[in-house]
Amino acid sequence: MTANLSIRLSREHNVAIPTAVAVRQVSKVFPGGVEALNDMTLDFPRGELTALLGPSGCGKTTLLKIIAGLMPPTSGEVLVNGEVVKAPGPDRAFVFQDFALMPWATVMRNVSFGLELRGMGKQERETIAQKYISQVGLTGFENHYPHQLSGGMRQRVGLSRALTVNADVLLMDEPFSAVDEQTRRKFQEDLLQLVREEKKTFIFVTHSIEEAVYVADSIALLLPRPSRVAEIIRPEINRDSNPDAIRRNQSYLDIVEKIWRSLRAYIE
Amino acid sequence: MKIFGVQIPMMTSLLLWGALWEMVGQLELTMLLPPLSSILFKMIEIVPTAPFLSAAMETGRAFLVGTGGAIVIGVPVGVVMGKSLLLDRLLLPWVNIFLCAPLTALVPVLMILFGLGETTVVITTALFAIWIIVLDARAGVKSITPSLVEMARVYGANPWQAFMKIYIWAALPEILAGIRLGVIRAVKGVIIGQLLISIVGFGRLFELYSSNFLMEYLWALLLILFFFAFALAEVLSALERRVAYYAASRMQ
Repeated sequence: MTANLSIRLSREHNVAIPTAVAVRQVSKVFPGGVEALNDMTLDFPRGELTALLGPSGCGKTTLLKIIAGLMPPTSGEVLVNGEVVKAPGPDRAFVFQDFALMPWATVMRNVSFGLELRGMGKQERETIAQKYISQVGLTGFENHYPHQLSGGMRQRVGLSRALTVNADVLLMDEPFSAVDEQTRRKFQEDLLQLVREEKKTFIFVTHSIEEAVYVADSIALLLPRPSRVAEIIRPEINRDSNPDAIRRNQSYLDIVEKIWRSLRAYIE
Repeated sequence: MKIFGVQIPMMTSLLLWGALWEMVGQLELTMLLPPLSSILFKMIEIVPTAPFLSAAMETGRAFLVGTGGAIVIGVPVGVVMGKSLLLDRLLLPWVNIFLCAPLTALVPVLMILFGLGETTVVITTALFAIWIIVLDARAGVKSITPSLVEMARVYGANPWQAFMKIYIWAALPEILAGIRLGVIRAVKGVIIGQLLISIVGFGRLFELYSSNFLMEYLWALLLILFFFAFALAEVLSALERRVAYYAASRMQ
């Protein structure tokens, strides 16, 4: 089965795309002895969306937070554009599973918060924020508060906040898991367009196989106990046709099925 | 509230008890309890007098300075305790002891340290108010959604920015609750301080009225203070309700 699922890195990709984020032999042991990551090495190609896919407990969110600089690795290192990560930096932005919006602040202030922290003037940062608010389709909601928005709209706020700071790397921690299924699908379609337009490196944590196959250029399949990269899969789906056609596309369905079989073997 | 299908207007119970007071007072059972109406007339009489106004000024100033100090010191201390486990371990036992301690017993010590003047009253007021403010600010910080703190760090907040832009605001519902409770305690603190010193502000008036058995004056002053403390607490809880929406939306 593993042979069947051998890494499908196409040759030109392997050579042409430089690495934006490099994870080098990273281990993470939490106080109390819980081993979240064990000697993990992984490259994230520039300008692509890489999904970290795996069951809960495989350390994918831990890895994302280490890349973000939110927690230090126990050993090993993470390089972003060749520099070792020691703390959060302006080269990385984060989209949170629970949105992490300030409930006391308007959509405009939430979106421009990253720029506000950098000390940018109000007018300048709001002009920039406005551009991304309209890009995610929230025009007209600038003065609303998060509790006045639906879950999907709240995550659009979280997404445009991440875009506003113009970071090279966008780290997304199960960003669509707290929104309903219809909104989720729309989000996935918008995300594909965003990856095409923004030329940023996206690292996307998910536990949904369908989601990973639909949005990702490559999928790092992580497995727990001990946490490791089981394989790297490049779906290579032709995404030019319409979204519904892609979801019925035979190669899309085949890859979903293969990943599921491979995961099931580990889970059972 | 409805009784037998009839809507009872608000404050009805207050009127009922007021009427009872008036009746008992009119019976002249004891000189300690004059009729409510004569107390209310006395109230109107004493409020514009110079002794009352100067006492009110002194008390108000001591109250504001003491409460203000308790808030300015108490909120940051509580926030820091909520953030740092080390400082929390170090300070929490003391905060809890002082919260329960009979602070009135400390006032004579304060009198020796700070003299028989306004300073002692201000410090007494602050001591009454500060501990609950610290505890509630601490509780507020402890209930902040962790991702909000991570968000601030990821987007580059320095510790001062995180404090001013996230912690204070995220803990605001609890901070306001603490301030409301602290203010109520401060009213007690300012009056107790003045009573024990008994030559300052309302304390002097209370001393004057009670030692001369001017019960109408005494009751009038007491009712004014009761009303003041109640109104203050109501204003603050109205403020609290305005931010309640995001205490509820924390676990969004």
